Amino acid sequence: MTGTVGGCAGPGFGSVPRKEDGRFVRGRGRFVDDIALPGMLHGAVLRSPYAHARIVSVDTTAAESHPKVRAVITGETLAARDMAWMPTFSHDVAAVLATDKVRYQGQEVAFVVAEDRYAARDALALIEVEYEPLAPVVDARRSLDADAPVIRDDLDGRTGPDGRGNHVFDWETGDEAATGVQFARAAHVSACDLVYPRVHPAPLETCGTVADYDRISGKLTVHATAQAPHAHRMLYSRIAGIPEHHIRIIAPDIGGGFGNKVGMYPGYLCAVVGSIMTGAPVKWVEDRSENLMSTSFARDFHMHGEIAADADGRILAIRVSVLADHGAFNATAQPSKFPAGFFGVFTGSYDIAAAHCRVTGVYTNKAPGGVAYACSFRVTEAVYLVERLVDVLARDTGRDPAELRMANLLTPDRFPFRSATGWEYDSGDYPRALRTALEMADYPALRAEQKERRAAYERTGAGTLTGIGMSVFTEAVGAGPRRLMDIMGLGMADGAELRVHPTGTAVLRLSCMSQGQGHETTFAQIVSHELGLPIDAVQVVQGDTDNTPFGLGTYGSRSTPVSGAAASVAASKVREQARQVAAVLLEVAADDLRWDVGTGTADGGNFAVAGVPGISVTLREIALAAHGGLDLPDGVDGQLTASTVYNPPNLTFPFGAYVCVVDVDPGTGEVDVRRFVAVDDCGVRINPMIVEGQIHGGLADGVGMALMELVAFDDDGNHLSASFMDYLLPTAMECPAWELAATVTPSPHHPLGAKGVGESATVGSPPAVVNAVLDAINVRHADMPLTPAHVWRALQGRPIRPDIAIR
Amino acid sequence: MGVTVNGVEHVREVEPRLLLVHLLRDELRLTGTHWGCDTSNCGACTVWMDGLPVKSCTVLAVMADGRSVRTVEDLEGPFGLDQIQTSFMDCHGLQCGFCTPGMLMTARKLLDDNPDPTDTEIREAISGQICRCTGYRNIVAAVRHAAVAEALGRGDT
Ligand code: FES
Ligand code: FES
Repeated sequence: MTGTVGGCAGPGFGSVPRKEDGRFVRGRGRFVDDIALPGMLHGAVLRSPYAHARIVSVDTTAAESHPKVRAVITGETLAARDMAWMPTFSHDVAAVLATDKVRYQGQEVAFVVAEDRYAARDALALIEVEYEPLAPVVDARRSLDADAPVIRDDLDGRTGPDGRGNHVFDWETGDEAATGVQFARAAHVSACDLVYPRVHPAPLETCGTVADYDRISGKLTVHATAQAPHAHRMLYSRIAGIPEHHIRIIAPDIGGGFGNKVGMYPGYLCAVVGSIMTGAPVKWVEDRSENLMSTSFARDFHMHGEIAADADGRILAIRVSVLADHGAFNATAQPSKFPAGFFGVFTGSYDIAAAHCRVTGVYTNKAPGGVAYACSFRVTEAVYLVERLVDVLARDTGRDPAELRMANLLTPDRFPFRSATGWEYDSGDYPRALRTALEMADYPALRAEQKERRAAYERTGAGTLTGIGMSVFTEAVGAGPRRLMDIMGLGMADGAELRVHPTGTAVLRLSCMSQGQGHETTFAQIVSHELGLPIDAVQVVQGDTDNTPFGLGTYGSRSTPVSGAAASVAASKVREQARQVAAVLLEVAADDLRWDVGTGTADGGNFAVAGVPGISVTLREIALAAHGGLDLPDGVDGQLTASTVYNPPNLTFPFGAYVCVVDVDPGTGEVDVRRFVAVDDCGVRINPMIVEGQIHGGLADGVGMALMELVAFDDDGNHLSASFMDYLLPTAMECPAWELAATVTPSPHHPLGAKGVGESATVGSPPAVVNAVLDAINVRHADMPLTPAHVWRALQGRPIRPDIAIR
Repeated sequence: MGVTVNGVEHVREVEPRLLLVHLLRDELRLTGTHWGCDTSNCGACTVWMDGLPVKSCTVLAVMADGRSVRTVEDLEGPFGLDQIQTSFMDCHGLQCGFCTPGMLMTARKLLDDNPDPTDTEIREAISGQICRCTGYRNIVAAVRHAAVAEALGRGDT
């Protein structure tokens, strides 16, 4: 198949149907809960009903005598194996099963292994736990009060009355003094408090595992919802003390991840211990409430932002302070030198002379996590901050938000651009993206319509109000250069291995793992693009640590930027091997051969002798010869196989411009997202259909977060969003027919010119929706989620604080 | 109890509390039907019972006694895939595939009842179902695509 995308002509690239779909439409996907091994037992987790309580006693006698129960595991059981605590991705430890205290509602206290899932649940009710309730810290803003209860008294030096008992970290970036200078000379400063509330990635499939320990060989096989199988293997090895080569992680089909399946959860480890104790495979799959209550939440950033501008509306500087609610354990999954993730890109798409931010992380009695939900390591929070601040500035200075943006955007001649906080943006054409979006939306006509509607509403008191919101976002994805970026000491470079079989088909082994992104197709397209083979002739292997090279996994939109580059490099290495073999076959010097990628037939590309028409050899012919008895020169291995480890030189910086149009009923506060225009630039698109699909999904996330999604707590730390009846997600009724367009600005450092895109829309869309709603109701700021009740209250001048229970 | 699933009769002793979704998945090993919420909100568990879509996480297995259940595994016939399956593939109406079986069962029923639905009617039909990946646009497109293809197949103009 042939496609021409973004200047990359040839076979491979293009909107081809996905190879994986055949099994899914037949109901023949193989998700973790579909796995049934002989003799398999079922696990269930007993969870804390309290947000903060001391454990006085745990009595498992009755549960153990349940006829179908095979094992009951408590914190004490694990402590005896030195497994009661596990390391987190952020230099902290987290409880596997609580031994001393419970620190959030839903925390894991005990684990039952039984013969079926119903019996396991029954037995949970037979475990008696005596708790001594403690005062919880629910409001992050109270966590550093001198009299705040200390959550992490398991850590040293945490009991002094210094108000630091719940302090996790301070981090800053940018130049405070230079920023101060800009603020001092500014003609205008706008400030705003913004909460990016706690939300949850909520993939449709919850987290789960089947752990299978073989007592004879000592080999542990873990089938699990793992976005990062290789990183998980190292963690299992460290925590369970099983040698790494005895552990095999298999990630089967994964029903959505969005960062929820990066973390290591107690249920996974308890299933492993359960399997070791019983000698049988143990399945554990959490239910939806468990997923929403205990696994990686996202955001929970309390931001105070200031933006300074001169009298002409040129943005001079941005200053931010952030309080980050990390929950009871610091378990954010991000490159370890970046405690606030990539929030440092908060200067966004603008030419800003100076910027500074300070982030303080704190413990609260809530579930751990914080970096998930397609956030690109907190670029979501950064984009929300800057795009909201720019709108506030426009409002405060009486400027049109589109014009204000256009006047301050970085222009294409500024790339590569070093931002005031030290990030090097690889490439971009922001004005073109915004212009395209405004043209598609017909911005002037929308403004005219808005005026008419408002006038009609003011005349009659009836009808709806129209709002137009936009955002121009810059993403930072594809972590990352291993000198700067590691997770638990593992540099974020990805391996890839490619082998061309004697008959000219190929197998590509990847370290990353799809959760719906379509790797089996996209990565086959990359090989097809490089070698000219048909896409169907390339098998893609992923998600099995015994059969794939090492790498850090799929999250942070890193598969195409890192593993995609690795696949491309491995394929070009194979092509160069093929050149050497072709030179022997054709009896010419390798340098005299010209590569022609062909048209994607089973022959693959071919090498032809320069200047001698008609003399050439196809990749398929070369593949057979390379496996045969050919006399190859020194230094040329036989066969066609190559591996590589790709260490990206920089992140890639996809970007886009979004325009959202809403109609708000001021009587009820109800918001109707009428239109959403999204212009995305992620460099070269390998499969535009897949790219657009991912953008659609991210736009729905944005509508969800802006309008309805919220993990809320009451004053006692009770979780108020523990089911899909309370944690609201957008359905087809709340989503408009997305209107998409693309611009293509290739990444200069990625071998294919591609950038990551999986999270762009989740990152870029929430501010566009919020800006639109606030534009409609003419309110300077109100926090997400803008539910009807919240919009209505904002209209009355009484906005709600969303981070603790709505009141 | 006795239940016909995809044309095959099964007679089983079951606990009265066993959910239909677990009967299908765990006992009959028809794992195409998924569960995503247990609260009737996500629709991943949608199957047909006596020709009507139901959320099998909210149906007790014994309630299916004497009835006939159809799951996603039955969509493909002896002559190949159902048009709705083909259309989902052609229109990229799925990504992770977890919501897909439920979406397909609802969409098939919609098209049986209303062979020419508008986009709004399609959105209403799937409004009891959640997809976290696709933003719904391509699902709507896939259902429309199937409607058009089936109309052409019937010779409708
Ligand atoms: S599992 Fe039945 S509706 Fe969600
Ligand atoms: S395709 Fe993943 S939930 Fe719909």
